[in-house]
Amino acid sequence: MKSTSITPVADRQLRNKTSFSQTVSNSLTMAYRGLLKIRRTPEQLFDVTLQPIIFTLMFTYIFGGAISGNVQNYLPVIIPGILVQTVITTSIVTGVQLREDMDKGVFDRFKSLPIARIAPLSGALLADTIRYTIATVLTFTMGYIMGYRPDGGLGHVAIAGLLVIVCAWSISWIFAFFGVIARTASSVQGISMIVLFPLTFLSNAFVPAETLPNWLQWFVKINPISHLVTAVRDLSNSGTIGWDLTISLIGAAIIVAIFAPLTVRAYMRRT
Amino acid sequence: MCNYQRREQIAVNSDWAVEASGLVKTFGTNRAVDGVDLKVPTGSIYGVLGPNGAGKTTTIRMLATLLRADEGSARIFGYDVAKDAQIVRQLIGVTGQYASVDESLSATENLVIFSRLLGLGRLEAKRKAADLLEEFGLTEAAKRPLKNFSGGMRRRLDLAASLIAQPPLIFLDEPTTGLDPRTRNQMWETIRRLVKEGSTVLLTTQYLQEADELADRIAVIDHGRVVAEGTVNELKASVGTSSLYLGIKNLQDILAARQIVERVLNVGSSASTEAGKIIAPMADAVRVTDLLIALRGAGIQLAELSVQKPTLDEVFLTITGHGVQDDASKASDESEKEGVVRG
Repeated sequence: MKSTSITPVADRQLRNKTSFSQTVSNSLTMAYRGLLKIRRTPEQLFDVTLQPIIFTLMFTYIFGGAISGNVQNYLPVIIPGILVQTVITTSIVTGVQLREDMDKGVFDRFKSLPIARIAPLSGALLADTIRYTIATVLTFTMGYIMGYRPDGGLGHVAIAGLLVIVCAWSISWIFAFFGVIARTASSVQGISMIVLFPLTFLSNAFVPAETLPNWLQWFVKINPISHLVTAVRDLSNSGTIGWDLTISLIGAAIIVAIFAPLTVRAYMRRT
Repeated sequence: MCNYQRREQIAVNSDWAVEASGLVKTFGTNRAVDGVDLKVPTGSIYGVLGPNGAGKTTTIRMLATLLRADEGSARIFGYDVAKDAQIVRQLIGVTGQYASVDESLSATENLVIFSRLLGLGRLEAKRKAADLLEEFGLTEAAKRPLKNFSGGMRRRLDLAASLIAQPPLIFLDEPTTGLDPRTRNQMWETIRRLVKEGSTVLLTTQYLQEADELADRIAVIDHGRVVAEGTVNELKASVGTSSLYLGIKNLQDILAARQIVERVLNVGSSASTEAGKIIAPMADAVRVTDLLIALRGAGIQLAELSVQKPTLDEVFLTITGHGVQDDASKASDESEKEGVVRG
């Protein structure tokens, strides 16, 4: 047994501020913790593995004939749509898991450590990008198996995937906020679904906006999800980068700018 | 004024590990902590003793920057817990009542992550984790997930995690609740060793024996207030003097013996005839010699003689006006059950 003596308080270098580099390093460590947890409990990944497979199959064969005449013609429409819908739905889990995590004793320790206050949040959110990546790859793979051959080429498909992951990460801040303020994990799930369902379905993800009644078209066209879906379609189907991509990224930035500070403040207050 | 205070803080930097005054925390209508003052000298073990729900945990959480006080202030080595929270966090280690470690990860992974968060490099963190696991006898269980850990192993890991940064002040919230006697003794040893190495330990407990055994000073807390403070001996003395117990060999002598006791010691006594025991308060120890000589002169034979200091139980009863026994024994029953389930 080692006998190390404690450094007296007077000899310690103490700082009351957390530097930016420490914040980044703390967040990365917390993300590493998130990855370890996924590795320990792989069943956490059921939703991101099964949902892309089941939804892609289901929606394509159900709506394909009705909307585009046949399944083959529907694939370029539905794959980007289902990709956005699946990945963004996945981001709800971030909030739910955050709530569950915060109820555990280990969060007390995180709070008592001299680390960046935001690290447990940003780390959890960062680790969840692995989930979005899995969902993205699986959706495109399912599409490929079903005969989808995006004209944009692999490079543009990769950019499209990245765009969806970035946007899902931004949106996950909304659910993280619910996660922090809600009392139970199931209520996080509930609130998040109510927000997300109208957003994903009242968009051009599954049907062309032109087929909708006028008043609904108005909403569908301003819905940021529609812009994201269009941006992904442009990228993967024709390899073009349009205005929609810019709007999606601006929207994502606005969400982070609003919800990241809100979430962190609520998180700090809640003890 | 402000400046003056600041200078004073730095001056007392090394004397007081914890200085809290008038801490208040209200949950709804319940004043969980109702004006707690604490002064913990650097380098000591300080016990906060009280029954369940007395406000011990809430107090610790406020001192450890986990909870903001509604009123009052607290300083850790002179640093304000509200204003200099991040500095305070560099000086403390907290081991909660419920193990604050990650259930889904292994012991090593837990310690590596905490070490990394505290700024250790990858290799350093691994070495630190291995060292601590060895120190706390957890090396064999290092790779196992915590789900299979016993209560005692969890506590030890929890304490190990608090020691990564070698903090000069360690908060232990009921460190031995629910542990079996052997593990509890190990925990006590560890706590004593920490203080020997220069740490200050503030621990809460509902076991009188534990406070008696470990703490240099004790604060008795009840309904969110400190109702008594001092060294163990001071507290015991505050209840009254020691008692003299005399066991009489022949029961028929007991009346005569009592008379002698009362005459020599000049006090009232009580006797239980069936057990042949006489109990008398012992104000002056020297007179016991006279008493023994007088008893021998009268031909009264003693079976046993003992002096008993007041127990902390009695202290508690006297101070709070209600027993801690019920709460404590109930809690220990519960924790025993818990131990069985976990074990």
